[in-house]
Amino acid sequence: MTAPALQTVGLVKRFGGIVATNDVSLTIERGARHALIGPNGAGKTTLVNQLTGVLKPSEGRILLEGRDITTAKPEARVRLGMSRTFQINQLFQSMTPLDMLLLVLCEQNDLGLKLWQKLDKNGDLAREAAAIAERFRLDDVIGEPITTLPYGKQRQLEIAAAFAARPRVLLLDEPAAGVPEAERRDLLATVADLPADVSVLLIEHDMDLVFRFATRITVLVNGTVIADGTPSAIAADPAVRAAYLGESLDA
Amino acid sequence: MLTILFDGVAYGMLLFILASGLAVTLGLMNFVNLAHGAFAMAGGYVTVVLMQRYDVPFVATLPFAFLVPAAIGAVLERTIYRPMYAKSHLDQVLFSIGLVFMVVAAVDYVMGSQQQLIRLPAWLQGRFDIAGIGIGRYRSFVIAICIVLTIALQYVLVRTRFGSRLRAAVDDQQVARGLGVNVGVIFSLTFAVGSGLAGLGGALGVEMLGLDPTFPLKFMIYFLIVVTVGGRSGLTGPFTAALLIGVVDVAGKYYVPQLGAFLIYALMVAVLFLRPQGLFAVAR
Amino acid sequence: MTMALDTPRPALTDLVGKTLSRRRRWKLGEVVFWGLTAAAPFMLPRGMLLLNEVAILALFALSLDLILGFAGIVSLGHAAFLGAGAYAAGLFALHVNADPLTGLVVAVLAAALLGFLTSFLVLGGTDLTRLMVTLGIALLLFELANSFSAITGGADGLQGISMGPLLGLFPFDLQGRTAYLYSLSVLFVLFLAARRMMASPFGLSLRAIRDNPLRASATGVAINGRIVLVYTIAAAYAGAAGALMAQTTQFVSLDVLEFHRSADLMLVVIIGGAGWLYGGIIGAILFKVLQDAISLATPQYWQFWIGLLLVVFVLGGREILHGLLARSRTALAKLASRRAP
Repeated sequence: MTAPALQTVGLVKRFGGIVATNDVSLTIERGARHALIGPNGAGKTTLVNQLTGVLKPSEGRILLEGRDITTAKPEARVRLGMSRTFQINQLFQSMTPLDMLLLVLCEQNDLGLKLWQKLDKNGDLAREAAAIAERFRLDDVIGEPITTLPYGKQRQLEIAAAFAARPRVLLLDEPAAGVPEAERRDLLATVADLPADVSVLLIEHDMDLVFRFATRITVLVNGTVIADGTPSAIAADPAVRAAYLGESLDA
Repeated sequence: MLTILFDGVAYGMLLFILASGLAVTLGLMNFVNLAHGAFAMAGGYVTVVLMQRYDVPFVATLPFAFLVPAAIGAVLERTIYRPMYAKSHLDQVLFSIGLVFMVVAAVDYVMGSQQQLIRLPAWLQGRFDIAGIGIGRYRSFVIAICIVLTIALQYVLVRTRFGSRLRAAVDDQQVARGLGVNVGVIFSLTFAVGSGLAGLGGALGVEMLGLDPTFPLKFMIYFLIVVTVGGRSGLTGPFTAALLIGVVDVAGKYYVPQLGAFLIYALMVAVLFLRPQGLFAVAR
Repeated sequence: MTMALDTPRPALTDLVGKTLSRRRRWKLGEVVFWGLTAAAPFMLPRGMLLLNEVAILALFALSLDLILGFAGIVSLGHAAFLGAGAYAAGLFALHVNADPLTGLVVAVLAAALLGFLTSFLVLGGTDLTRLMVTLGIALLLFELANSFSAITGGADGLQGISMGPLLGLFPFDLQGRTAYLYSLSVLFVLFLAARRMMASPFGLSLRAIRDNPLRASATGVAINGRIVLVYTIAAAYAGAAGALMAQTTQFVSLDVLEFHRSADLMLVVIIGGAGWLYGGIIGAILFKVLQDAISLATPQYWQFWIGLLLVVFVLGGREILHGLLARSRTALAKLASRRAP
């Protein structure tokens, strides 16, 4: 049996006296469309930061396709196939979308240390960057400074950059945050369009998006997993309703 | 050897008083003020001028050595320092270096570049002989004053309402403002007191450290080391660090004069590398 | 990895290609600029010594720009590498071989080694920590040079350096013409190299590190390794500047390691604007011109005006100056595009 795409075993994170992640054992299967939900402050982003290596867990292990990456640096995890988006856009303020996409592609192709080479030596990377920009509706602004892009485009770029890294495991941290209602449909289409063999963990507050996208949902409250199962099971779970969803949901 | 220890302690305590203002502005206000030494120098020159031109006795000049730099600090804080709080540390550094260059050149022009010498009053000259060890009177005096000041500082910071208001304002300016704490006044006052203390230290230091227009540049690094090694939170860290540096520097220069200040700089680099938050810092 | 991508429409690929090659191309302004520097010996034959100093300072500024402007690493002690290069070149000429180019290579290697070793100290940490560590290292070096005055000449400096002719053909003349052309050539070659390196994938990753280290590592950039590399290169450049200084003035003293060298250099780079290679060069020209002018008026107290400049610049002058620069650049660009077909 092949190892799951991403797995945590008894993950714990303490900040002084506060337990932000409480014995979380999460499994994301290959090709998953897995969502992580929970009220504000539940520790979702803290969990993602541990998964990606930005934070060091106090206890527990993290396995990427069966390989222990608990102590691996963030850049190492990217090279092993993990990629993420940030809840608040983390872009490069002095660059254009083209620059940023080229950066991702260069790193993916191990060109990062080539200090004597031209940026688009044989045009392949440029073509690929253009293709990604087109796919994420950034083609009309590809050469514009990132600082001049409207928020929606910046968000698209955030996702495009994660996508350009050809991840096998993609962590999307609230991709719809701040995106107006009308554009969320586009976002959903983008996320749904992701290839089937990419395993996706989606963290979201937008329940519409979650229930349309996910085939499996984990619910995190105060750093603890209180439920894990199919969308219908989660929607019906009284503990989840009580803790989070409230009676208004009729998924 | 005990004399060296004693001298080192005196030097260290003086360093602490000099650097305490910097520890406060950096640690509590997150502002890097490399021009801090200029206030110390101001205090030193106040004492020198009062003694040489107006025949004021040494001890009587000390309050002025505190007040004049404090006043200057208060004015400068309101006017040119305030817009710098929001800027990056690099900008703050460049700004304060610019100030230092200006002050050094100005003082050179007005006072001349020679070392300033003062004559200590008779009762502060010479030494006590206790059990065969020579204890300098002046250094004892300095230590005594520094101890009093340190206790007073710690008391104000920890036990008074002003102290708790200051700590609140530092922890979270917005919340403090919301609770009615006048953050602007507190920062001004703190800056003024810090500058005043530096001035007092500068006056006390004329005899021990010397005084010429390059003082701020010469000693800037020492103040920074005290704050870096001592950590930024509270006063106990910098106090311990200052003592350590004082003793190590004096002992080093005595036993291994070849290396001069090398030891201290190496200590700083090592500490910054191994524990960037400071040797004695309390984990926040 | 099976993420099939549609091929982008040709117009877009075309646009991307054009954008990238446009960036690489030499602008008219650049060509004119370097042409002027080469013509300077004929235009200002009596100013060669000053021009030599400008070229050396420009190279020193270029080296700081590499780490400050491109990788976002602040340093208050860059003079350490200037000094390392200067003393290495001076001592080499004095005790081993007086050939300028050999000495230059030795100095560059020495400075690069020092840069490599100290780069690990600027890896983790905030701007403040970096400022202090770099300051500490420069001070350390100063003390070392001071203590070992038997070797370094101490405060009196390294006396009696006599450089051989450049390339065996061009002796250093009193007017400074050989010196200037030598320094200019070294500056130009190293500038070309820097231009190429900063336009490479490596250079792009540096900008990423400068803009957003969190994002950079989330993109797979191994930050520490890149910083070590660029810091070493920058140190090598600064060492070259130091070597030029030692060789063209045939003198090295402790002054080369003094704090004001690092502080003044910061001003030079930020005046011209960090991050576009020409900033340091333009800053160096402006600084030297200013320094010369002010020194004529107040030879003793010119540091005062430098200090004032720094204060004004940081308090708001920078925005004004760069606003003006930006507006004149767009105006010039419009002019150029109107001219071009």
